[in-house]
Amino acid sequence: MDILKTHNIEKKFANHVALDNVSISIPENSIYGLLGPNGAGKTTLIRIINRITAPDKGEVLLNGRPLQPEDVNRIGYLPEERGLYKKMKVGEQALYLAQLKGLSKKESLKRLKMWFEKFEIQAWWDKKVEELSKGMAQKIQFVTTILHEPQLLIFDEPFSGFDPINANMLKQEILDLKKKGSTIIFSTHNMGSVEELCDHITLINNSKNILEGQIDDIRKTYKSNVYEIAFNGETNKLASSLNPNYEIVEKTKANGYNAVKVKLHKQTNENELLSLIIPSVEVISFKEIIPSMNDIFINVVNENKI
Amino acid sequence: MNKIKLIISREYLTRVKKKSFLVMTILGPILFAAMMIVPAWLASREDTEVRHIAVVDSSGIFIDRIEDTDYIKFEYLNDKSIHEVKKDFSESKYYAVLQILPSITYEPTAVHLFSNTQPSFSIKSHIANSMEKELKYRKLKSHGIDENILKSIKSEVSIRTIQWTEDGEEKESSTEVAMAVGYASGFLIYFFIFLFGAQVMRGVIEEKTNRIVEIIISSARPFQLMMGKIVGIALVGLTQFLLWIILTLMIITGVKTVFFPELGTQNAQEIVVQDLFEQEGVQQIEELQPQNLDKISSILNAAKSIDYGVLFGSFIFFFLGGYLLYGSLFAAIGAAVDNETDTQQFMLPITIPLIISIVVMMNVVQNPESPIAFWFSMIPLTSPIIMMVRIPFGVPYWELALSMGLLVLTFIGSVWLAGKIYRTGILMYGKKTSYKELWKWLRYKS
Repeated sequence: MDILKTHNIEKKFANHVALDNVSISIPENSIYGLLGPNGAGKTTLIRIINRITAPDKGEVLLNGRPLQPEDVNRIGYLPEERGLYKKMKVGEQALYLAQLKGLSKKESLKRLKMWFEKFEIQAWWDKKVEELSKGMAQKIQFVTTILHEPQLLIFDEPFSGFDPINANMLKQEILDLKKKGSTIIFSTHNMGSVEELCDHITLINNSKNILEGQIDDIRKTYKSNVYEIAFNGETNKLASSLNPNYEIVEKTKANGYNAVKVKLHKQTNENELLSLIIPSVEVISFKEIIPSMNDIFINVVNENKI
Repeated sequence: MNKIKLIISREYLTRVKKKSFLVMTILGPILFAAMMIVPAWLASREDTEVRHIAVVDSSGIFIDRIEDTDYIKFEYLNDKSIHEVKKDFSESKYYAVLQILPSITYEPTAVHLFSNTQPSFSIKSHIANSMEKELKYRKLKSHGIDENILKSIKSEVSIRTIQWTEDGEEKESSTEVAMAVGYASGFLIYFFIFLFGAQVMRGVIEEKTNRIVEIIISSARPFQLMMGKIVGIALVGLTQFLLWIILTLMIITGVKTVFFPELGTQNAQEIVVQDLFEQEGVQQIEELQPQNLDKISSILNAAKSIDYGVLFGSFIFFFLGGYLLYGSLFAAIGAAVDNETDTQQFMLPITIPLIISIVVMMNVVQNPESPIAFWFSMIPLTSPIIMMVRIPFGVPYWELALSMGLLVLTFIGSVWLAGKIYRTGILMYGKKTSYKELWKWLRYKS
């Protein structure tokens, strides 16, 4: 079941098209990566899902129904450009933001107390935000985003500004939230965290949705039949043992051994390759190169430019 | 609806709890009270030092004829020459020496006042007045006019204005009082619109630069946030205004009872004096003192004649109306820019009508019924100030109603327009906004 669907969303601004016929489906209880270069239209799409702006055409369905004004209370949003009122006290501010999301004062206080204890930040309650560091303020923002236990969470570049320790903690919290049943939309440029966290992705480039699917499937689709072989012996000897169906694309080193990356052309397979090289060198390791999300991202975006 | 209440209360509470609010609340009335008390205090302290002036009158006309006042005493030294007086001057008790030459009857400059300081203007004019009066007497007398006739022709006219109200009552009014109240209310509205309108703008810019705005509008609609801010700050303004009035009254009464206890009793005397004159009709008025008292009492009566209910009610209405109109425009400006320095180009068109109001106000207090006064009190951008200036003079109810109606329509329109600019503007970062851009924003779909 898809928790959120967008149908043929179109949004034009004065001088450019921000979103052109974008349809995505976000499966329930997944972590959904929203990828794309700067200015591709990710933030506009997120704003439409949050009802901050309205699309020119198309519709957004939450739980199968068109998005209603009250639905913003079921969504938690941590924008990329985020901040807090500098002169306001941390506790007051968190309480205010929680109540804006429809929680009662009593309930907000109870939950805030719990989270402040969990993050060990009770001492900040009466401090003004301007006294906090950027990372500290980010923690408060994270707490206020998830406090109303929304069904759908949207994080726009959540890790920017966090040190590695806090970033790791945040990652754990996100995985925890998923375990508890939330669905998470995750917009980022950090492909490492995409591979680590996301189940599904969609890649938006030039206002269009150019790639969508399960992350494992996508990586399989984009693999280019390249294998890396690390071996003991001379590279030339190995090269001379290959026939024209195999092409050495790169000569490298791996863990102190010589290594080559070999691309397999049609009508060949890994076993045949191994049987060809085993007589000439001592094979240490043999593995298929599965493209990283980073490579896929760059490839797909570049292909689309042409 | 619940969300807008939350926003209003946040905007209100954070501002009211600020130290600057407390400081302004306390300083404001002190300044207001000082504005009213200090001149009175200064007037009451007016030169209590008694000054003696030696008169060397070689014409012989003015001996014992220049009036002494409470603080200026004249002594006539006719047996001495001016040189003798000059020689002893520094050891003498005299403040100045008045020399009158015999040619005074036909030569106006034949009077000299010697002193080692610059004599005050009031002394100079007192001497000149007394001498002119004496000379006039003498000249008229030399034409054979009797002294009693001379006394009886001295007349005074003091016009008391009385308004006939629609239900036939008579109300004593005073142009001076109406002018003063008109000025004060006009300026106060101007001041409030600027002060609190700018606060709206700063609040919007703060949210934009702090980048909290996107978090808020993912919970509440931009219009709710804008209106919440405008209404919250309006309440801050009203709170401050009421606190000022209460504190000012407290300070004034406090100071009055402590420092000027005689003021209270004086009132009663004035009324007695006034009644006396009313019985006798307009008669020759010899003395200065009762006439002054009469003026004061007529001012007090006139001040009482202003309908404070209408004045206060209109003030609140025009303050809120003008503030909503300008406040929404200020909010739109705040949303259109990234920081306060960029506001200049948009501030100008908003500031101009306000400045024009102040300029027109100078004219309107002189002439509250003129076509200029009428039209500027109808145009919604200037009406909050100009209408407030006119109200103490009495404005027909239909004009007041029309002006209020137009203001309401306009602020609804301006809030609607501002909402459209605001909605788009708060999400635009790092781009310098032009008027062309604003026009495009107005046409975006919500």
